[in-house]
Amino acid sequence: MSESQFVMHEGDFLAIQKVIDPLLKNARARGVFVVDRVGQLIRQTGEMSNLDTTSLASLTAGCVAATGGLAQLLGEEEFPTHVHQGERDSLHMTLVGGRGILVVVFDQRSSLGLVRLRARKASTQLATIFEAIKKKCEAEGPGNGKTFADISDDEIDNLFSD
Amino acid sequence: MSFINYAAREINCKIVYYGPGLCGKTTNLQYVYARTNPDLKGKMISLATETERTLFFDFLPLALGEIRGFKARFHLYTVPGQVFYDASRKLILKGVDGAVFVADSQEERMEANIESLENLQTNLIEHGLELGKIPWVMQYNKRDLPNVTPIEEMRRQLNPTGVPEFEACATTGEGVFETLKATAKGVLSDLRKVGA
Ligand SMILES: Nc1nc2c(ncn2[C@@H]2O[C@H](COP(=O)(O)OP(=O)(O)O)[C@@H](O)[C@H]2O)c(=O)[nH]1
Ligand SMILES: [Mg+2]
Repeated sequence: MSESQFVMHEGDFLAIQKVIDPLLKNARARGVFVVDRVGQLIRQTGEMSNLDTTSLASLTAGCVAATGGLAQLLGEEEFPTHVHQGERDSLHMTLVGGRGILVVVFDQRSSLGLVRLRARKASTQLATIFEAIKKKCEAEGPGNGKTFADISDDEIDNLFSD
Repeated sequence: MSFINYAAREINCKIVYYGPGLCGKTTNLQYVYARTNPDLKGKMISLATETERTLFFDFLPLALGEIRGFKARFHLYTVPGQVFYDASRKLILKGVDGAVFVADSQEERMEANIESLENLQTNLIEHGLELGKIPWVMQYNKRDLPNVTPIEEMRRQLNPTGVPEFEACATTGEGVFETLKATAKGVLSDLRKVGA
């Protein structure tokens, strides 16, 4: 394993929620999503409950990975923000430390300038939270009495008995 | 690395289907998608060219049941097989928890299989991973065709360490779920090692 397990508890999610709820309001956004760079949705807020968030997360990660590859070709380390402007909705993505991506969806009720301003501060706060989670995961280390350390082959087989 | 969410009680794992161009990776996912209960699957995404060749990846989210009260969710990805898409392949391996190598059994594809398997090893190393250290499974696909390499020969060339292996015909679905289940099992067994 090149990277430690990523384990998140209720408190971690609440900490993230406390950043994205105000961001949603202050940026006058339609939706705010926190996605991990591997393509999993971590947390969301806003009015877009019908959106296919699993697809959103995977495609966001793919998009960031691809533009990150382009950045490296140009000798840049990364492109820390990405903007996609549409006719109705626009997307603003900010990289959060090495781990996360902050996605803000907004329409004409807001503006790119406002979103950029608010997202910058929120992403710094999120980076601190991610860093703390990472430290915690590393400190806990592998195997000491956690949920899956002693799963049996039978339990795994049961998952597939259909 | 798998992502364990104690709030939603979910384990999320990433499985990547690797192999040379046209070996049947996308067909594997399409079969899984077609045969999975709608409650258990999300939308399948294919980022493909007009001629339906994979350009970046295919993606299929699946729920495979519960373990210790946690929903086991698997994200299946395929890579584009053509040699010149190497940069994309590398990106898709980020955070991989388990892999399926889909080998094309046709005699004339043996070299392409070997090259692709070596490419997988090289690209894993760039992520600080190794084929010997992640769970993976070998699938000998297209066994229905007349001009296939004998299994013993394929094993000798592609699976000398004896990881779990399956003969398959992805178009009819033979071996497809067996391959996936073995990989998922490997990934879950690995949770013990890393002790989440
Ligand atoms: N005869 C046969 N054809 C297959 C099999 N699996 C895939 N194919 C065909 O091979 C072609 C390439 O498959 P695809 O899944 O797109 O390959 P990919 O490049 O690895 O994603 C398609 O025409 C498939 O229908 C198989 O088991 N037997
Ligand atoms: Mg394909």
